[in-house]
Amino acid sequence: MDIALFERKSGYEWHIKPFGKMHVPGVIFASESLLREMDAKVYEQVTNVAMLPGIVKASWAMPDAHWGYGFPIGGVAAFDADAGGVVSAGGVGFDISCGVRILHTGLHVEDIGAVKSKLADALYRAIPAGMGSTGAIRLNAAAMDAMLEGGARWAVERGFGTSADLERIEEAGCMRGADSSQVSMQAKKRQKDEMGTLGSGNHYLEIQMVTDVYAPGTAVAFDVNPGDVLVSIHCGSRGLGHQIGTEFLKRMVIAAPGYGIALPDRELACAPIESSLGKEYLGAMRAAVNCALANRQILTHLTRQVFSQLLPEARLSLLYDVSHNTCKIEEHQVDGRMKKLYVHRKGATRAFGPGHPDLPKKLRDVGQPVLIGGSMGTASYILAGTEQGMQLACGSACHGAGRAMSRHQALQNWNGRQVVDNLEDHGILIRSPSMRGVAEEAPGAYKDVSAVVDAADGAGLARKVARVVPLICIKG
Amino acid sequence: MTVAAHWEHFSHQADVGVRGMGATPEQAFEQAALALTAVITDPALVAPRKMVRLSCMAPNVELLLADWLNSLIFEMVTRNMLFSRFEVHLKVSHLTAKAWGEALKVAYHHPAVEIKGATYTALKVAQQADGRWLAQCVVDV
Repeated sequence: MDIALFERKSGYEWHIKPFGKMHVPGVIFASESLLREMDAKVYEQVTNVAMLPGIVKASWAMPDAHWGYGFPIGGVAAFDADAGGVVSAGGVGFDISCGVRILHTGLHVEDIGAVKSKLADALYRAIPAGMGSTGAIRLNAAAMDAMLEGGARWAVERGFGTSADLERIEEAGCMRGADSSQVSMQAKKRQKDEMGTLGSGNHYLEIQMVTDVYAPGTAVAFDVNPGDVLVSIHCGSRGLGHQIGTEFLKRMVIAAPGYGIALPDRELACAPIESSLGKEYLGAMRAAVNCALANRQILTHLTRQVFSQLLPEARLSLLYDVSHNTCKIEEHQVDGRMKKLYVHRKGATRAFGPGHPDLPKKLRDVGQPVLIGGSMGTASYILAGTEQGMQLACGSACHGAGRAMSRHQALQNWNGRQVVDNLEDHGILIRSPSMRGVAEEAPGAYKDVSAVVDAADGAGLARKVARVVPLICIKG
Repeated sequence: MTVAAHWEHFSHQADVGVRGMGATPEQAFEQAALALTAVITDPALVAPRKMVRLSCMAPNVELLLADWLNSLIFEMVTRNMLFSRFEVHLKVSHLTAKAWGEALKVAYHHPAVEIKGATYTALKVAQQADGRWLAQCVVDV
């Protein structure tokens, strides 16, 4: 990226003045080196998003931003319905509510040493992962609708977890406004065998260990200490979300001219929030959010079953669950007044600051846990939302390391078996049905997650709390 | 001059681009479908044992390409199949096709990744200067 295209506002904030049809500025949060390495397509996509009707404040990109679909991955944009704002299927993406949750185990790293290999094998057997894997739960039509409207709450009511889990999930585990009648039969059919499955690509279930704590006070509130063993689950709304994204993208592309919307990129397909198509999408998209929350809840249940057999002293309680690909109604300040906005986050994490009423009581004083997944060989981070971040980008932060190279390049550079053996030499056990998939997800194919997290911290989007490293990784 | 139909992948930072080339738009669509299978596994490993019929409609040929690939993704997931042979018939806004393949066997096909959807990014169907047709887009994995 040519940094001469930007006006530098601070060490980590780079502005693009509105030009042409842009309604608001573009803003990229990054260190100078991350910005220089960023794909030039991010600039184009940030400016394209700034042209959408009803966008307010700015079109933002987080420090892990890379070339996405319409929106950059790592893109955030908020829309005002009163100003003709839109909701964009492209702005949410295919894997609706893909996200990460972290569970405490109550165990110290020494506690799992003797059973580490057994634990990896047992998790690999219990967690359906990869293409063609199926879950044990089959939903009839009524149960499917109940799941789509109930989310993790539905799952807990059926014995997949406890009510204590729910308060540690965004939306208390159930996205309001979900409308299962807006979800097509095709989307439901695609989900039929996929409840409680991990998926593939960058999705994973990891056993992790806390290595460093940066903010002791917040770490106490989050209950993370050096040596603690955690479980991290990264997955989304599976086939149902993918199908909803596919169908509404097409409908919105076709309908856009009728709404007088000139799309700068077809992938930015959108409809006015107040239009019937916009409302139908919001109903279906929220149902997909609930599907993702229910899915992560079922995977949590399966993980607890494995731990109860091998490490019965473990107590798996939820630290927090965040979603990356969403459009949510939130209140934020616009020109000094609180406004209801439709905040799109595409590969970005909600990062509410201290005092926000949507946070559970035990976390309200310190801010929302922001869970940043790295690659399977490096590290992940736990951050906390800040008041500054609420002002900077509607309470948003990065979501991961972001890829540094394509899957094609990764395949040319690495052999899956060698990656697995090399990681095992470093104490990281990988279990995956696909060695090609492992090669495509090799740690070297990702950016340095530490640099991304340092930029988010430096910009004030969120504050670093703890660093964790993988011990076991189940890859799809 | 006869032009050899073929497929290839092109780079997208997070995902994969699929590209089909052929003497006709139909051939380019068929080759793009092979490129789609190749994102998951080596198409040569997929025996064309069983045939599935597909049809889709879209207001222009580029959206029709995305629809075609998305229809295949849907059939792959819901039938738990992979496809390796295709026969496409195109009319202005309507596609009918046959796809041949077999049941996915994880231990044999070693699927690298499942595909979430065909996107409108780098979506293009066009005749090249050399007369060949190109059909391409990025798929989200």
